[in-house]
Amino acid sequence: MRTSTAARTGQYAALLAYLVFLAFPFLWLISIAFKPPRELASLHPTWIPEDPTLDNFRQAFDEQPLLRAGLNSLLAALGAAVIAVLIATPMAYVMARRRGRLAKAATGWVVVSQAFPFVLLIIPLFLVLKNLGLINSVPGLVMVYVVWSLPFALWMLTGYVRAVPRELEEAAAVDGAGRLRTLVSVTAPLLAPGIVATALFAFITAWNEFFFALVLLKTPEKQTLPVILTHFLGAEGVADLGPLAAAAFLATLPSLVVFALIQRRITGGMLAGAVKS
Amino acid sequence: MTLVTEPRRPARRAPGPDAPRGAPDHGAWFLVLPALIPILVLSVGPLLYGVLLAFTDAQSGRTEPTEWIGALNFRDLLHDTLFWESFRIGLLWAVGVTVPQFLLALGLALLLNQNLRLRWLARALAIIPWAMPEVVVGIMWRLVYNADAGILNETLRDLGLGNGHDWLSGLGTALPAVIVVGVWAGMPQTTVALLAGLQNTPRELHEAAAVDGAGAWRRFRTVTWPALRPVALAITALNLIWNFNSFALVYVLTNGGPGGRTRLPMLFAYEEAFRYGQFGYAAAMGCVMVAVISILLAVFLVGRLRGEAKGGDEA
Repeated sequence: MRTSTAARTGQYAALLAYLVFLAFPFLWLISIAFKPPRELASLHPTWIPEDPTLDNFRQAFDEQPLLRAGLNSLLAALGAAVIAVLIATPMAYVMARRRGRLAKAATGWVVVSQAFPFVLLIIPLFLVLKNLGLINSVPGLVMVYVVWSLPFALWMLTGYVRAVPRELEEAAAVDGAGRLRTLVSVTAPLLAPGIVATALFAFITAWNEFFFALVLLKTPEKQTLPVILTHFLGAEGVADLGPLAAAAFLATLPSLVVFALIQRRITGGMLAGAVKS
Repeated sequence: MTLVTEPRRPARRAPGPDAPRGAPDHGAWFLVLPALIPILVLSVGPLLYGVLLAFTDAQSGRTEPTEWIGALNFRDLLHDTLFWESFRIGLLWAVGVTVPQFLLALGLALLLNQNLRLRWLARALAIIPWAMPEVVVGIMWRLVYNADAGILNETLRDLGLGNGHDWLSGLGTALPAVIVVGVWAGMPQTTVALLAGLQNTPRELHEAAAVDGAGAWRRFRTVTWPALRPVALAITALNLIWNFNSFALVYVLTNGGPGGRTRLPMLFAYEEAFRYGQFGYAAAMGCVMVAVISILLAVFLVGRLRGEAKGGDEA
């Protein structure tokens, strides 16, 4: 198809506008993270720090228990990702391969769960976890994250299972392999990349999560990074901009890296689930 | 026993303990239980419990036992002007974010479906809003909107437009400012979904329409949009719901201020439950939110079915 030069120019202008819109807040965050206090106080801020410094990062670690919070986030996200995938994979397999009432109910639940206002979920969960003595504990948060990431994990994994040809399993069965053997030695290896992508996605979701962590974690030594970050904002929203930007920048890096690795698979998995149901 | 030789069971028969002997469904239960138990205990159960709580006077840290009070919470809610104000703001925000976001994402998806040079960069940058913690997105935009040290005011000053404005604490500007952030944060995801929908449209249809002399708009209306419609409707419905239920972004940006101008229903319910300890009342709010979302969904689904009945070529 031919496109006129004028149309092409318009297209590039639109694309450029989008790229600028997308990039500029992030570049500004980085700029502030490396600026010394003198430049932050200036009434005419510049894009490029004249006198770039790492002081903001050091100060951020001094002001808030960032290492501890990072460790808590890591534990919560890893725990949630591993457990969610371990229990979701078999169920996704059943949902993909069978058309029973159970599979239908599960699919319905996956869809409906996207519409929950979390406040209706968090109050009872808060009471239940309190009775179990799991308030203000990372394991308690992991339990919540597992269930919270299950719908999407099931969604993605069901798509991946459907992509494994049934004929391969049937061939293994003909060769005399039992059902478990077939699952372990034929299906699982083919599913592995999808399982890893799903786990990484669950990891990012938990790493970024804020609401449940805010409600369930009470003391700074238990809190995760997103919650600790809000402490930089202070009571009246007066913030020490440099350390705030530095800490925010650091908290984002892990999920950006992980997401960059799996972005294609996520969109693939998301759409496999979304388009086919 | 193999999967190939076993007789096919009727599809509507649920697998269960009373399934005929020799049927393979014990295996299915064994595979499903590890996920089913946590779902029932930590999701379905608490949800039902939450609905029950809405009919009680449950409060945090109270010593007297919780009592069943019927529909009293709902009656109070009906007269709670602050709640309905937050509800109105929630709807404004949900629509205000979802609609521009959809239009921008649609334009962008059409653009990225062309053979342009900087496509890879757009894809790479789209990761940033998508993968970022909402808390960081909020913090980042606070730095952009900052009255003195923010880049927005500095740029406006450079352009000779105004002399600095405190966007997030202005009564009139707070909600629009927050909506811009919402649009920014969700655009990549919507774009990618629409782009994938576009790539499912057969290219030959476009070419045939072009050969027939159809202009760009006509091609969009007769070829692109009908194919895109299901994805577009699904993503719009989800975006409306997600936005209506959102919390972290606005909590960090304005915490509901100034003067409640950005107090979304979730922020309101959160304060009611965890600042004032009114568990029962906040649960009732949650129920009302669910009801409204269900209505939204129903309207959407009806629209979708009607569209399909008409053959789906009219928007």
